[in-house]
This record gives sequence, C-alpha cells and structure tokens, in this order.
Amino acid sequence: MNIDGINNGIVLDHISAGKGMRIYELMKLDRLDCMVAIIQNASSTKFGKKDIIKVDGTGFKLDLDMLGYIDQHITVDTIENGRLVKKQHVDLPEELTNVIRCHNPRCITSVEQGIDQKFRLSNRQKKTYRCVYCDTEYREKED
Amino acid sequence: MNEIRNLINITDLSTEEIEHLVTVADDIMAHPEAYQDMCAHKKLATLFFEPSTRTRLSFTAAMMDLGGNVLGFADANSSSATKGESVADTVTMAGCYADIIAMRHPKEGAPVVAARRTTVPIINAGDGGHFHPTQTLTDLLTIHRKKSRFSHLTIGLCGDLMFGRTVHSLIEAMSRYEDVHFILISPPELRLPDYMKEMMDQKGVLWEECEKLEDAIPKLDILYMTRVQKERFFNEADYIRLKDSYILTRKKLGPAKADMIIMHPLPRVNEIQVEVDDDPRACYFYQALCGKYIRMALILYLLGLK
Repeated sequence: MNIDGINNGIVLDHISAGKGMRIYELMKLDRLDCMVAIIQNASSTKFGKKDIIKVDGTGFKLDLDMLGYIDQHITVDTIENGRLVKKQHVDLPEELTNVIRCHNPRCITSVEQGIDQKFRLSNRQKKTYRCVYCDTEYREKED
Repeated sequence: MNEIRNLINITDLSTEEIEHLVTVADDIMAHPEAYQDMCAHKKLATLFFEPSTRTRLSFTAAMMDLGGNVLGFADANSSSATKGESVADTVTMAGCYADIIAMRHPKEGAPVVAARRTTVPIINAGDGGHFHPTQTLTDLLTIHRKKSRFSHLTIGLCGDLMFGRTVHSLIEAMSRYEDVHFILISPPELRLPDYMKEMMDQKGVLWEECEKLEDAIPKLDILYMTRVQKERFFNEADYIRLKDSYILTRKKLGPAKADMIIMHPLPRVNEIQVEVDDDPRACYFYQALCGKYIRMALILYLLGLK
C-alpha cells in the first residue's frame, strides 16, 4: 500500500499499533478539511508493527502532552514544503488537561460545568496520574 | 495588590505558618480581650453546601469573638445551588459581599474550583471525604497544648480511614515533623487510600496497619478515633456491618500510657463510650474548644491582620 508524502503538515510516526484511532479522535482530525491518512499495522523494524498518522495541512491543535500521555514512542515530524524541518519526541507530561476524565463520582468535576479535567503525574514509573481536584488516581491500562 | 491566600489543604501552610497560628491561638486563649475588635467591620461568609454543626458554629463563634459579622447559608437547599448555580458562580457572588469565605461542599475538590475564581480568601471547611484542614489545625493546636510537641510521637488513627478526611489532613500535617509514627487501625474495607500511603512512603514516614485497636493501644502517644460516617457509604448494608467495628471502652484503655491523649473530631456515635469521657486522657471536647481559637488565628492571618 502506498501513501504519498506530504507537503505541509505533520507525520506522527512510531505510534504503538492500535493507538492510531484514539489519537485521531483526541486530536479531532475528523474535523479537518485537509487530507489525513491513518496507517495501521505498518511494519516497523523497532516495534514489529506501528501506526502512522499523516496530516497534509494545518489548523489542528498539536498537543504534545496528550501524545506523550497516550504513547511515549511517538515521534512528531513537521514537514514544510515537502521537507522535514523538525523532529520531536514526546514524554509523559507533568500535567494533563482534558485528555482523561476523573471517574470519582464524588469529584467536583462530575457536577460543575465548564471546568477542565486536570490531572498531574503522580508516579512516572507506574504512569499514574491524579485528579488535581480530588486526588483520585487514574491509571492508563497498558495494551 | 497582595496575593490572596487560601487554605484548601493543610499543606498550603508551611510548618512555620502553622507554628505562627498556634502561637497566636495560644495568645488569644490567654488574652481574648485583645482580639475582640480585630475584625470589626469585616464579614465572613459561611457557604455550607452540606450540613455541619460544629465547624459552622466554630467559624461563626470565631468571627464573632473577633468583632466581625457572619453571613451565609447552612445547607445547599437554602442556596442557589438548588437552582443549578455552579460553585464558581456562588463563590464569586459571595466575594462581592464578604471579606473571607469558609466553604463546605460534598464534592471533593470544590474549594479548588472556588479558589480559582475567588477575589477573597477561601477556607476549605471540608470537601467530601477529601480534606478538612481547619479540623487539622484544631487537632494540631490540641496536640501542641497537650503534648507540647509535634515530633517524636506515635499516633494511632482508628476507624474509617478511607473516607475520614480529618485523618487524611492530619497525616499530611504530621508527616512533616520528625519521628512521627502512624499506626493505622481499621477494618480492611476502610483502610487508608493508597495515595496517602504513597505520600508517607515518599516522605520516609513510618507507618503500619493493624486491625485490632487493643494491639495498638499500649504503643500510642495519641489515639485519634473517628466516626464511621453513614453518608460516605454507597449502601446501608456496608454501613451497618462496619459501624461498630472499633469502639473505645474504659477496659480497652487499660494498657494505654498514662499520658496518652484521646482525640476525636466529633460528632461521635458510639465509637467512644460515654464512660471514657471522665478519663483524664479524653480531650475531644477540649479539641472542640481549640477549634474556635485556631479559626480565629486563621481568619486573622488570611485577612492579613495578624
């Protein structure tokens, strides 16, 4: 299968296989007018399989914190005029805003309108985050 | 303009600030007349979205003894919360009328939301099962007056350690002092949440879990009893099964140290038998008295008056 290179936009490479659609949804890429390609289960020398997202255009929010939270393997390639101008690696962010939701029914975020869902990193090794409002732990399940 | 100081969690206050508050509270207890007009023309709003007797009365008494005035509501049904008003809006509105706000809310983290919008100092008077920092200040003043130190203490915390917010705040506060050892006495269903244990581990605080009150009592300098709170349970059957698990009687106090103190945030149900009240080690009603004085010191501090 061939997917063309892009002129102006980004390539999210080395996404762990199976996480591409979640990133597509969180970045709201379905709302863009430009060409977007999701490649699932591409072969990878490093990981065996990987997902790739190519966006040929601008106008989207590139949230490196969100990407780092979903998958620390991702590399973000910025393409301008068909050339790679920047390569970024992502890491677990110290804070997360509106990526995950607090599941504590006693948390104020369950009733208060118009407030962000905010979490802070509580344990880097365990990849655990706690709600900044109620301290309830949210643990991302490993695939 | 000075930055607004709030009290959401006990750790918002440094140990130096806590010592300052305790010193001021001591002074108020010794010379109440010197403080009787310090908050003249100031107003405290008590926004209690959840009923409370002790905390609300002690805030009211504290502000009145400082010569100030109090306005507010005693439960959510008498506020615009029933009309769907947000916490942020209620607090913003209250800030137009008062100089300082004490709020209690059943939802955890509500004071964090309030603090982001407020134009006046916010005091968290309890948010669900989360934090209750003014109770902790009360506890600290009691410990200071009865034990004359915050370090080198073995503290037994007994009862509902999962939902007991007073316990969580007290652990946070006491974990900052040297050689404090916690013995966590609870049924498995009501054990201290993991995040509190992680916090103690990170600070190198010594703690152990124990299921029998009798096993822990001889080691303790302080026994902190808590009520098994019905409103924190999702179902009645769990509440009935666990509520009588840990009851302090005169007999159980037999092997306790002569200078151990018994504390309780009150109200109690039956977890401390009335026969214990006459024991010189019982100081839970003294604790309630301390609550007014430390809140007076806190109000003065957050208003920048002392």
